Amino acid sequence: MKSLTIFDVAGRAMAAQQVRLNTVASNLANVMSISGSPDNVYKPIKPIFETQYANVPGNNGIATVDTVGIEASKADPEKRYDPNHPLADKDGYIYAPAIDQNAEMVDMLETSRQYQNNIEVLSTAKTLLLKTINVGK
Amino acid sequence: MNAIDKFLKQDGTALSLRQKRLDILGSNIANAATPHFKARDIDFASAFKSALGGGDLVTTSANHIEVGGSPASADIKYRVPVSPSLDGNTVELHVEQLQFAENATHYEATLQFLSGRIQTLKSALKGE
Repeated sequence: MKSLTIFDVAGRAMAAQQVRLNTVASNLANVMSISGSPDNVYKPIKPIFETQYANVPGNNGIATVDTVGIEASKADPEKRYDPNHPLADKDGYIYAPAIDQNAEMVDMLETSRQYQNNIEVLSTAKTLLLKTINVGK
Repeated sequence: MNAIDKFLKQDGTALSLRQKRLDILGSNIANAATPHFKARDIDFASAFKSALGGGDLVTTSANHIEVGGSPASADIKYRVPVSPSLDGNTVELHVEQLQFAENATHYEATLQFLSGRIQTLKSALKGE
């Protein structure tokens, strides 16, 4: 990566938060995705964030964040006994994804807050830059 | 260094340091959710002092060496967190937002000072 401006920093951080929001939405949408086998059930996904430093001599303290991957949770699906369910296996069990709805909601709030913070940084930087252009007029 | 340079140097240096700090604080806010990220900052007062360098020393000959550093060489330090989090991230949003707001305000103030100096220069040039 070459040098970074504050617009790159905030923009890419917003993109990363957007990915995170998408994973939260996917997880919440699949809360009721019941399956008849533990292998086919939906696995909650989580983005992996990594700091990206500006690649300039003597690291100038500027860094942004990128999503380097999206990983499926290793948590076991929830096994429920419901023999009347159309998808139940031969022993009468169905499998629900291991999604913690409360944790997802908290994640969503945090994501939205951090997205807003980056917008704030962006708009402050923009205002200052525009004022700088007009200096001395 | 010519007179106009000297007249504008102080505000110019302050402005580029403020810009640098804006970038660093923006990076901290961008990395608020990244595990193991360590928040950084510069101490404006000391960076400003070292960027302006040797006080009243002036270079009067081509063989003289300019004293002091430049805004680009400002010392970037790591922030000591009030309450460190388990994932090794030391960004505390309230601290960063406060510093960011303070820095933006100072940037604007410096801009005003610089603008004033430029106006002064202009009126001196026009001789009105």
